[in-house]
Amino acid sequence: MYDKGKVLTGLAIFVAIVTFPVWYDLVHAQHVPKLEKPTLSKKCVADIAYMRTSHMVLLDNWRNEVVREEKRKLIDVEGKPYAKSLQMGCMKCHPDRKKFCDECHTYASVDPFCWDCHFQPKKEAN
Amino acid sequence: MKILYPFVAVLGLIVIATIGSRAGMEPLFGIVFPYLAILIFLGGFINKVVGWAKSPVPFRIPTTCGQANSLPWIEQACFDNPSTSFGVTVRMFLEVFLFRSLFRNTQADVYDGPKLRYGSSKYLWLFGLLFHYAFLVIVLRHIRLFADPIPFFVKILEFFDGFLQIGLPHLYQSDLVIVGAITLLLLRRLLLTNVRYISLPADYFPLFLILAIALSGMTMRYLTRADVVNIKQLAVGLATFKPVIVGDLGTVFYVHLFLVCTLLVYFPFSKLMHMGGVFMSPTRNLANNSRMVRHINPWNDPNLKPHSYASYEDEFREFMVEAGIPVDKELPAETPAAE
Repeated sequence: MYDKGKVLTGLAIFVAIVTFPVWYDLVHAQHVPKLEKPTLSKKCVADIAYMRTSHMVLLDNWRNEVVREEKRKLIDVEGKPYAKSLQMGCMKCHPDRKKFCDECHTYASVDPFCWDCHFQPKKEAN
Repeated sequence: MKILYPFVAVLGLIVIATIGSRAGMEPLFGIVFPYLAILIFLGGFINKVVGWAKSPVPFRIPTTCGQANSLPWIEQACFDNPSTSFGVTVRMFLEVFLFRSLFRNTQADVYDGPKLRYGSSKYLWLFGLLFHYAFLVIVLRHIRLFADPIPFFVKILEFFDGFLQIGLPHLYQSDLVIVGAITLLLLRRLLLTNVRYISLPADYFPLFLILAIALSGMTMRYLTRADVVNIKQLAVGLATFKPVIVGDLGTVFYVHLFLVCTLLVYFPFSKLMHMGGVFMSPTRNLANNSRMVRHINPWNDPNLKPHSYASYEDEFREFMVEAGIPVDKELPAETPAAE
Protein backbone atom coordinates (compact mmCIF):
# COMPACT_ATOMS: atom_id res chain seq x y z
CA MET A 1 0.00 0.00 0.00
CA TYR A 2 1.36 3.40 -0.98
CA ASP A 3 0.97 6.57 1.11
CA LYS A 4 -0.21 4.37 3.95
CA GLY A 5 -0.27 7.15 6.56
CA LYS A 6 -2.33 9.55 4.49
CA VAL A 7 -4.81 6.95 3.21
CA LEU A 8 -5.41 5.38 6.62
CA THR A 9 -5.84 8.81 8.25
CA GLY A 10 -8.39 9.73 5.60
CA LEU A 11 -10.29 6.48 6.08
CA ALA A 12 -10.26 6.89 9.87
CA ILE A 13 -11.76 10.38 9.55
CA PHE A 14 -14.39 9.02 7.15
CA VAL A 15 -15.41 6.18 9.49
CA ALA A 16 -15.50 8.60 12.45
CA ILE A 17 -17.86 10.92 10.54
CA VAL A 18 -20.15 8.10 9.39
CA THR A 19 -20.38 6.63 12.89
CA PHE A 20 -20.88 10.05 14.50
CA PRO A 21 -24.26 9.14 16.12
CA VAL A 22 -22.75 6.03 17.75
CA TRP A 23 -20.00 7.76 19.70
CA TYR A 24 -22.04 10.91 20.23
CA ASP A 25 -24.81 8.90 21.90
CA LEU A 26 -22.18 7.01 23.86
CA VAL A 27 -20.89 10.12 25.63
CA HIS A 28 -24.31 11.72 26.18
CA ALA A 29 -27.22 10.48 28.27
CA GLN A 30 -30.42 9.77 26.35
CA HIS A 31 -33.82 10.90 27.45
CA VAL A 32 -36.97 9.31 26.03
CA PRO A 33 -39.89 11.78 26.18
CA LYS A 34 -42.48 11.05 28.86
CA LEU A 35 -45.61 13.15 28.66
CA GLU A 36 -47.68 14.36 31.58
CA LYS A 37 -51.12 12.75 31.17
CA PRO A 38 -54.15 15.04 31.56
CA THR A 39 -56.42 14.52 34.57
CA LEU A 40 -59.24 16.87 33.60
CA SER A 41 -60.64 15.04 30.61
CA LYS A 42 -60.16 11.67 28.95
CA LYS A 43 -61.16 12.81 25.50
CA CYS A 44 -58.98 14.91 23.14
CA VAL A 45 -60.22 16.85 20.09
CA ALA A 46 -58.88 14.11 17.83
CA ASP A 47 -57.58 10.60 18.30
CA ILE A 48 -54.10 10.02 19.69
CA ALA A 49 -52.54 8.77 16.45
CA TYR A 50 -53.64 11.93 14.64
CA MET A 51 -52.56 14.22 17.48
CA ARG A 52 -49.13 12.57 17.69
CA THR A 53 -48.30 13.18 14.04
CA SER A 54 -50.46 16.10 12.93
CA HIS A 55 -51.40 18.38 15.86
CA MET A 56 -49.43 21.17 14.21
CA VAL A 57 -51.71 21.11 11.18
CA LEU A 58 -54.77 21.32 13.43
CA LEU A 59 -53.34 24.24 15.39
CA ASP A 60 -52.27 26.00 12.21
CA ASN A 61 -55.77 25.67 10.75
CA TRP A 62 -57.35 26.94 13.99
CA ARG A 63 -54.99 29.91 14.02
CA ASN A 64 -55.89 30.80 10.44
CA GLU A 65 -59.64 30.36 11.02
CA VAL A 66 -59.77 32.33 14.25
CA VAL A 67 -57.30 35.11 13.56
CA ARG A 68 -57.72 35.62 9.83
CA GLU A 69 -61.29 34.48 9.07
CA GLU A 70 -63.00 35.30 12.35
CA LYS A 71 -64.47 31.81 12.69
CA ARG A 72 -64.48 31.68 16.44
CA LYS A 73 -67.38 29.24 16.88
CA LEU A 74 -66.77 26.63 19.54
CA ILE A 75 -66.30 23.13 18.23
CA ASP A 76 -68.08 20.14 19.63
CA VAL A 77 -66.13 17.28 21.19
CA GLU A 78 -68.56 14.51 22.13
CA GLY A 79 -71.19 16.95 23.35
CA LYS A 80 -68.78 19.30 25.12
CA PRO A 81 -68.04 22.74 23.66
CA TYR A 82 -64.37 23.36 22.99
CA ALA A 83 -62.61 26.63 22.13
CA LYS A 84 -60.34 26.68 19.08
CA SER A 85 -57.50 27.98 21.16
CA LEU A 86 -54.13 26.93 22.44
CA GLN A 87 -54.33 28.70 25.78
CA MET A 88 -58.08 28.43 26.33
CA GLY A 89 -58.39 24.94 24.82
CA CYS A 90 -55.39 22.62 24.72
CA MET A 91 -53.64 24.02 27.75
CA LYS A 92 -56.63 23.48 30.02
CA CYS A 93 -55.80 19.76 30.01
CA HIS A 94 -52.09 20.12 29.30
CA PRO A 95 -51.19 23.11 31.45
CA ASP A 96 -47.44 22.65 31.69
CA ARG A 97 -45.55 23.48 28.54
CA LYS A 98 -42.30 21.99 29.86
CA LYS A 99 -43.85 18.66 30.83
CA PHE A 100 -45.96 18.29 27.71
CA CYS A 101 -45.03 20.30 24.61
CA ASP A 102 -41.31 20.59 25.13
CA GLU A 103 -40.77 16.92 25.93
CA CYS A 104 -41.17 15.82 22.32
CA HIS A 105 -40.19 19.13 20.70
CA THR A 106 -36.79 19.11 22.38
CA TYR A 107 -36.35 15.42 21.63
CA ALA A 108 -37.10 15.81 17.92
CA SER A 109 -35.51 19.26 17.53
CA VAL A 110 -38.73 21.04 16.69
CA ASP A 111 -38.83 24.75 17.38
CA PRO A 112 -42.47 25.85 17.05
CA PHE A 113 -43.24 29.56 16.89
CA CYS A 114 -46.30 29.25 19.19
CA TRP A 115 -44.41 30.90 22.02
CA ASP A 116 -43.42 33.93 20.00
CA CYS A 117 -46.93 35.26 20.84
CA HIS A 118 -48.43 32.94 23.45
CA PHE A 119 -47.37 32.64 27.04
CA GLN A 120 -48.06 29.78 29.41
CA PRO A 121 -51.13 30.12 31.61
CA LYS A 122 -49.94 30.62 35.18
CA LYS A 123 -51.23 28.22 37.80
CA GLU A 124 -53.84 29.87 39.99
CA ALA A 125 -52.35 31.12 43.18
CA ASN A 126 -53.97 29.61 46.22
CA MET B 1 -34.24 -0.30 -22.03
CA LYS B 2 -31.32 1.54 -20.48
CA ILE B 3 -33.81 3.82 -18.76
CA LEU B 4 -36.63 1.36 -18.19
CA TYR B 5 -34.67 -1.30 -16.26
CA PRO B 6 -33.33 0.98 -13.51
CA PHE B 7 -36.76 2.60 -13.22
CA VAL B 8 -38.46 -0.78 -12.80
CA ALA B 9 -35.74 -1.81 -10.32
CA VAL B 10 -36.53 1.18 -8.08
CA LEU B 11 -40.27 0.48 -8.34
CA GLY B 12 -39.53 -3.14 -7.40
CA LEU B 13 -37.62 -2.03 -4.30
CA ILE B 14 -40.57 0.12 -3.25
CA VAL B 15 -42.95 -2.83 -3.70
CA ILE B 16 -40.67 -5.14 -1.70
CA ALA B 17 -40.49 -2.69 1.22
CA THR B 18 -44.25 -2.10 1.13
CA ILE B 19 -45.16 -5.77 1.17
CA GLY B 20 -42.41 -6.67 3.66
CA SER B 21 -43.35 -4.05 6.22
CA ARG B 22 -47.07 -4.86 5.89
CA ALA B 23 -46.44 -8.59 6.31
CA GLY B 24 -45.03 -8.24 9.81
CA MET B 25 -41.36 -8.12 8.86
CA GLU B 26 -40.74 -4.74 10.52
CA PRO B 27 -37.71 -5.96 12.53
CA LEU B 28 -36.10 -7.20 9.30
CA PHE B 29 -36.64 -3.91 7.48
CA GLY B 30 -36.20 -1.64 10.50
CA ILE B 31 -33.24 -3.27 12.29
CA VAL B 32 -31.50 -6.07 10.33
CA PHE B 33 -31.27 -4.34 6.95
CA PRO B 34 -29.96 -1.00 8.31
CA TYR B 35 -27.17 -2.75 10.25
CA LEU B 36 -26.27 -4.94 7.26
CA ALA B 37 -26.33 -1.95 4.93
CA ILE B 38 -24.02 0.21 7.04
CA LEU B 39 -21.59 -2.71 7.47
CA ILE B 40 -21.48 -3.38 3.72
CA PHE B 41 -21.15 0.35 3.07
CA LEU B 42 -18.19 0.88 5.42
CA GLY B 43 -16.49 -2.44 4.58
CA GLY B 44 -16.92 -1.99 0.84
CA PHE B 45 -15.78 1.62 0.98
CA ILE B 46 -12.60 0.81 2.93
CA ASN B 47 -11.89 -2.20 0.72
CA LYS B 48 -12.19 -0.10 -2.42
CA VAL B 49 -9.97 2.72 -1.14
CA VAL B 50 -7.30 0.29 0.13
CA GLY B 51 -7.40 -1.45 -3.25
CA TRP B 52 -6.76 1.86 -4.96
CA ALA B 53 -3.97 2.67 -2.54
CA LYS B 54 -2.26 -0.60 -3.43
CA SER B 55 -2.00 0.31 -7.09
CA PRO B 56 1.37 1.94 -7.77
CA VAL B 57 1.45 5.26 -9.53
CA PRO B 58 4.99 5.22 -10.94
CA PHE B 59 4.73 8.47 -12.87
CA ARG B 60 3.42 11.91 -12.16
CA ILE B 61 0.23 12.09 -14.18
CA PRO B 62 -1.60 15.27 -13.06
CA THR B 63 -3.82 16.80 -15.71
CA THR B 64 -2.12 20.02 -16.70
CA CYS B 65 -4.80 22.66 -17.00
CA GLY B 66 -2.49 25.65 -17.26
CA GLN B 67 1.09 26.82 -17.62
CA ALA B 68 3.51 24.53 -15.83
CA ASN B 69 6.27 25.79 -13.57
CA SER B 70 8.95 26.98 -15.97
CA LEU B 71 11.39 29.86 -16.30
CA PRO B 72 11.05 32.58 -13.69
CA TRP B 73 9.62 35.14 -16.12
CA ILE B 74 6.84 32.79 -17.31
CA GLU B 75 3.83 33.00 -15.01
CA GLN B 76 2.73 29.63 -13.66
CA ALA B 77 -0.91 28.61 -13.23
CA CYS B 78 -0.10 27.55 -9.70
CA PHE B 79 -3.50 25.94 -8.89
CA ASP B 80 -4.34 24.50 -12.31
CA ASN B 81 -0.88 23.06 -12.76
CA PRO B 82 0.53 22.92 -9.24
CA SER B 83 4.13 22.06 -8.52
CA THR B 84 3.97 22.34 -4.73
CA SER B 85 1.87 20.52 -2.14
CA PHE B 86 0.24 23.83 -1.21
CA GLY B 87 -0.88 24.22 -4.82
CA VAL B 88 -2.19 20.66 -4.81
CA THR B 89 -4.12 21.31 -1.60
CA VAL B 90 -5.80 24.36 -3.10
CA ARG B 91 -6.54 22.45 -6.29
CA MET B 92 -8.11 19.58 -4.32
CA PHE B 93 -10.15 22.02 -2.24
CA LEU B 94 -11.53 23.68 -5.37
CA GLU B 95 -12.26 20.26 -6.85
CA VAL B 96 -13.99 18.79 -3.81
CA PHE B 97 -15.97 21.84 -2.72
CA LEU B 98 -16.62 23.66 -6.01
CA PHE B 99 -16.28 20.96 -8.70
CA ARG B 100 -13.80 23.08 -10.64
CA SER B 101 -13.13 20.48 -13.33
CA LEU B 102 -16.83 20.31 -14.22
CA PHE B 103 -16.86 24.10 -14.50
CA ARG B 104 -14.43 23.72 -17.37
CA ASN B 105 -16.68 21.36 -19.35
CA THR B 106 -16.99 22.17 -23.01
CA GLN B 107 -19.50 21.22 -25.61
CA ALA B 108 -18.44 20.67 -29.19
CA ASP B 109 -20.93 21.18 -31.98
CA VAL B 110 -20.94 21.62 -35.73
CA TYR B 111 -22.68 24.57 -37.29
CA ASP B 112 -23.16 25.38 -40.94
CA GLY B 113 -20.04 25.77 -42.86
CA PRO B 114 -19.59 23.08 -41.56
CA LYS B 115 -17.41 24.41 -38.83
CA LEU B 116 -16.62 22.88 -35.48
CA ARG B 117 -16.95 25.10 -32.47
CA TYR B 118 -16.49 24.62 -28.75
CA GLY B 119 -18.67 26.36 -26.22
CA SER B 120 -18.82 26.25 -22.46
CA SER B 121 -21.26 23.74 -20.98
CA LYS B 122 -21.99 24.31 -17.34
CA TYR B 123 -25.16 22.25 -16.85
CA LEU B 124 -23.44 19.35 -15.15
CA TRP B 125 -21.47 21.69 -12.90
CA LEU B 126 -24.46 23.77 -11.83
CA PHE B 127 -26.95 20.94 -11.31
CA GLY B 128 -24.27 18.77 -9.71
CA LEU B 129 -23.29 21.49 -7.27
CA LEU B 130 -26.92 22.15 -6.29
CA PHE B 131 -27.60 18.44 -5.89
CA HIS B 132 -24.53 17.65 -3.79
CA TYR B 133 -24.94 20.56 -1.39
CA ALA B 134 -28.65 19.90 -0.92
CA PHE B 135 -27.86 16.24 -0.26
CA LEU B 136 -25.18 17.21 2.26
CA VAL B 137 -27.59 19.49 4.14
CA ILE B 138 -30.26 16.77 4.18
CA VAL B 139 -27.85 14.12 5.48
CA LEU B 140 -26.62 16.46 8.22
CA ARG B 141 -30.20 17.38 9.15
CA HIS B 142 -30.95 13.68 9.67
CA ILE B 143 -28.55 13.70 12.63
CA ARG B 144 -31.49 15.08 14.62
CA LEU B 145 -33.02 11.59 14.44
CA PHE B 146 -29.86 9.75 15.51
CA ALA B 147 -28.35 12.00 18.15
CA ASP B 148 -29.93 12.70 21.51
CA PRO B 149 -29.40 15.45 22.76
CA ILE B 150 -29.29 17.28 19.47
CA PRO B 151 -25.94 18.84 18.48
CA PHE B 152 -25.94 22.62 18.04
CA PHE B 153 -24.94 22.62 14.36
CA VAL B 154 -27.98 20.57 13.40
CA LYS B 155 -30.24 23.19 14.99
CA ILE B 156 -28.50 26.01 13.15
CA LEU B 157 -28.80 24.11 9.87
CA GLU B 158 -32.50 23.40 10.44
CA PHE B 159 -33.17 27.03 11.28
CA PHE B 160 -31.65 28.32 8.05
CA ASP B 161 -33.08 25.49 5.95
CA GLY B 162 -36.63 26.24 7.14
CA PHE B 163 -35.98 29.97 7.16
CA LEU B 164 -38.91 30.90 4.92
CA GLN B 165 -41.45 29.33 7.33
CA ILE B 166 -43.70 28.14 4.51
CA GLY B 167 -46.43 25.79 5.68
CA LEU B 168 -46.39 23.65 8.75
CA PRO B 169 -44.22 21.63 9.25
CA HIS B 170 -41.89 24.20 7.72
CA LEU B 171 -40.78 23.57 4.17
CA TYR B 172 -37.05 22.92 3.91
CA GLN B 173 -35.48 24.66 0.91
CA SER B 174 -32.99 21.80 0.54
CA ASP B 175 -35.91 19.46 -0.25
CA LEU B 176 -36.98 21.63 -3.16
CA VAL B 177 -33.41 22.07 -4.37
CA ILE B 178 -32.58 18.36 -4.35
CA VAL B 179 -35.71 17.31 -6.23
CA GLY B 180 -35.20 20.12 -8.74
CA ALA B 181 -31.52 19.30 -9.22
CA ILE B 182 -32.12 15.56 -9.72
CA THR B 183 -34.85 16.33 -12.23
CA LEU B 184 -32.52 18.65 -14.12
CA LEU B 185 -29.69 16.09 -14.05
CA LEU B 186 -32.12 13.49 -15.36
CA LEU B 187 -33.39 15.83 -18.09
CA ARG B 188 -29.79 16.56 -19.07
CA ARG B 189 -29.21 12.86 -19.66
CA LEU B 190 -32.48 12.45 -21.51
CA LEU B 191 -32.52 15.56 -23.66
CA LEU B 192 -28.89 16.05 -24.70
CA THR B 193 -28.52 13.38 -27.38
CA ASN B 194 -24.79 12.89 -27.01
CA VAL B 195 -25.11 12.49 -23.23
CA ARG B 196 -28.02 10.09 -23.65
CA TYR B 197 -25.94 8.02 -26.07
CA ILE B 198 -23.24 7.33 -23.48
CA SER B 199 -25.63 6.87 -20.50
CA LEU B 200 -25.94 3.41 -19.00
CA PRO B 201 -28.38 1.82 -16.54
CA ALA B 202 -25.74 2.49 -13.85
CA ASP B 203 -26.15 6.22 -14.59
CA TYR B 204 -29.94 6.21 -14.34
CA PHE B 205 -30.31 3.89 -11.35
CA PRO B 206 -28.74 6.22 -8.73
CA LEU B 207 -30.78 9.14 -10.07
CA PHE B 208 -34.06 7.24 -9.81
CA LEU B 209 -33.08 5.79 -6.43
CA ILE B 210 -32.15 9.13 -4.87
CA LEU B 211 -35.22 10.78 -6.37
CA ALA B 212 -37.39 8.06 -4.79
CA ILE B 213 -35.61 8.55 -1.45
CA ALA B 214 -36.18 12.30 -1.54
CA LEU B 215 -39.83 11.96 -2.54
CA SER B 216 -40.60 9.31 0.09
CA GLY B 217 -38.93 11.47 2.74
CA MET B 218 -40.92 14.51 1.69
CA THR B 219 -44.12 12.46 1.70
CA MET B 220 -43.40 11.54 5.30
CA ARG B 221 -42.79 15.11 6.34
CA TYR B 222 -45.38 17.05 4.37
CA LEU B 223 -48.18 14.63 3.48
CA THR B 224 -48.64 11.53 5.63
CA ARG B 225 -46.63 12.93 8.58
CA ALA B 226 -44.82 10.09 10.28
CA ASP B 227 -44.52 9.75 14.05
CA VAL B 228 -41.14 11.41 14.55
CA VAL B 229 -40.78 10.48 18.22
CA ASN B 230 -41.21 6.76 17.53
CA ILE B 231 -38.89 6.94 14.54
CA LYS B 232 -36.25 8.71 16.60
CA GLN B 233 -36.52 6.02 19.27
CA LEU B 234 -35.68 3.42 16.63
CA ALA B 235 -32.85 5.52 15.16
CA VAL B 236 -31.24 6.26 18.53
CA GLY B 237 -31.73 2.59 19.41
CA LEU B 238 -29.81 1.60 16.29
CA ALA B 239 -27.00 4.01 17.17
CA THR B 240 -26.76 2.71 20.75
CA PHE B 241 -27.14 -0.96 19.67
CA LYS B 242 -30.41 -1.34 21.61
CA PRO B 243 -32.93 -1.07 18.77
CA VAL B 244 -36.65 -1.12 19.53
CA ILE B 245 -39.61 -0.57 17.27
CA VAL B 246 -42.35 1.32 19.11
CA GLY B 247 -45.77 1.53 17.51
CA ASP B 248 -46.56 1.62 13.80
CA LEU B 249 -43.99 3.67 11.94
CA GLY B 250 -45.91 3.65 8.67
CA THR B 251 -45.29 2.06 5.29
CA VAL B 252 -43.71 5.18 3.80
CA PHE B 253 -41.06 5.13 6.52
CA TYR B 254 -40.09 1.55 5.71
CA VAL B 255 -39.98 2.32 2.00
CA HIS B 256 -37.74 5.33 2.69
CA LEU B 257 -35.46 3.32 4.98
CA PHE B 258 -35.22 0.37 2.60
CA LEU B 259 -34.29 2.64 -0.31
CA VAL B 260 -31.58 4.28 1.82
CA CYS B 261 -30.25 0.82 2.76
CA THR B 262 -30.17 -0.06 -0.94
CA LEU B 263 -28.24 3.13 -1.66
CA LEU B 264 -25.70 2.30 1.06
CA VAL B 265 -25.21 -1.25 -0.21
CA TYR B 266 -25.01 -0.13 -3.84
CA PHE B 267 -22.59 2.71 -3.04
CA PRO B 268 -19.19 0.94 -2.78
CA PHE B 269 -19.73 -1.07 -5.96
CA SER B 270 -20.83 1.76 -8.21
CA LYS B 271 -19.82 5.08 -9.70
CA LEU B 272 -20.96 6.69 -6.47
CA MET B 273 -17.51 5.78 -5.13
CA HIS B 274 -16.33 9.05 -6.68
CA MET B 275 -16.88 10.23 -3.10
CA GLY B 276 -13.67 8.44 -2.09
CA GLY B 277 -12.22 8.45 -5.59
CA VAL B 278 -11.91 12.21 -5.85
CA PHE B 279 -9.29 12.11 -3.09
CA MET B 280 -7.46 9.18 -4.71
CA SER B 281 -7.21 10.54 -8.27
CA PRO B 282 -3.55 10.80 -9.30
CA THR B 283 -4.60 13.22 -12.03
CA ARG B 284 -5.63 15.65 -9.27
CA ASN B 285 -3.64 14.89 -6.15
CA LEU B 286 -0.12 14.81 -7.59
CA ALA B 287 2.13 17.82 -7.98
CA ASN B 288 3.53 18.40 -11.43
CA ASN B 289 7.17 18.42 -10.26
CA SER B 290 8.77 15.72 -12.37
CA ARG B 291 11.43 18.23 -13.54
CA MET B 292 12.40 19.05 -9.96
CA VAL B 293 12.17 15.73 -8.13
CA ARG B 294 13.27 12.32 -9.36
CA HIS B 295 10.41 9.85 -8.99
CA ILE B 296 11.62 6.28 -8.91
CA ASN B 297 9.38 3.53 -10.19
CA PRO B 298 8.46 1.55 -7.06
CA TRP B 299 8.63 -1.83 -8.78
CA ASN B 300 12.14 -1.39 -10.20
CA ASP B 301 14.39 -4.39 -9.52
CA PRO B 302 17.04 -3.10 -7.11
CA ASN B 303 19.55 -5.53 -8.64
CA LEU B 304 19.38 -3.81 -11.98
CA LYS B 305 21.95 -1.00 -11.82
CA PRO B 306 21.81 2.02 -14.10
CA HIS B 307 23.61 1.40 -17.35
CA SER B 308 25.33 4.54 -18.60
CA TYR B 309 26.15 5.17 -22.23
CA ALA B 310 29.85 5.07 -21.46
CA SER B 311 29.63 1.57 -20.03
CA TYR B 312 27.33 0.53 -22.87
CA GLU B 313 29.93 1.64 -25.36
CA ASP B 314 32.63 -0.16 -23.40
CA GLU B 315 30.60 -3.35 -23.68
CA PHE B 316 29.81 -3.15 -27.40
CA ARG B 317 32.63 -1.00 -28.83
CA GLU B 318 34.07 -3.70 -31.04
CA PHE B 319 30.73 -4.49 -32.66
CA MET B 320 29.92 -0.83 -33.08
CA VAL B 321 33.17 -0.12 -34.85
CA GLU B 322 32.64 -3.19 -36.98
CA ALA B 323 29.19 -1.97 -38.00
CA GLY B 324 30.52 1.52 -38.73
CA ILE B 325 28.66 3.21 -35.86
CA PRO B 326 30.52 6.28 -34.57
CA VAL B 327 31.94 5.84 -31.06
CA ASP B 328 33.12 8.34 -28.45
CA LYS B 329 36.25 6.42 -27.68
CA GLU B 330 38.08 4.59 -30.44
CA LEU B 331 39.32 1.04 -30.09
CA PRO B 332 42.80 0.88 -28.65
CA ALA B 333 45.33 0.94 -31.44
CA GLU B 334 46.03 -2.58 -32.58
CA THR B 335 49.19 -3.89 -31.08
CA PRO B 336 51.51 -4.87 -33.86
CA ALA B 337 51.62 -8.59 -34.17
CA ALA B 338 54.78 -10.12 -32.96
CA GLU B 339 56.79 -11.14 -35.93
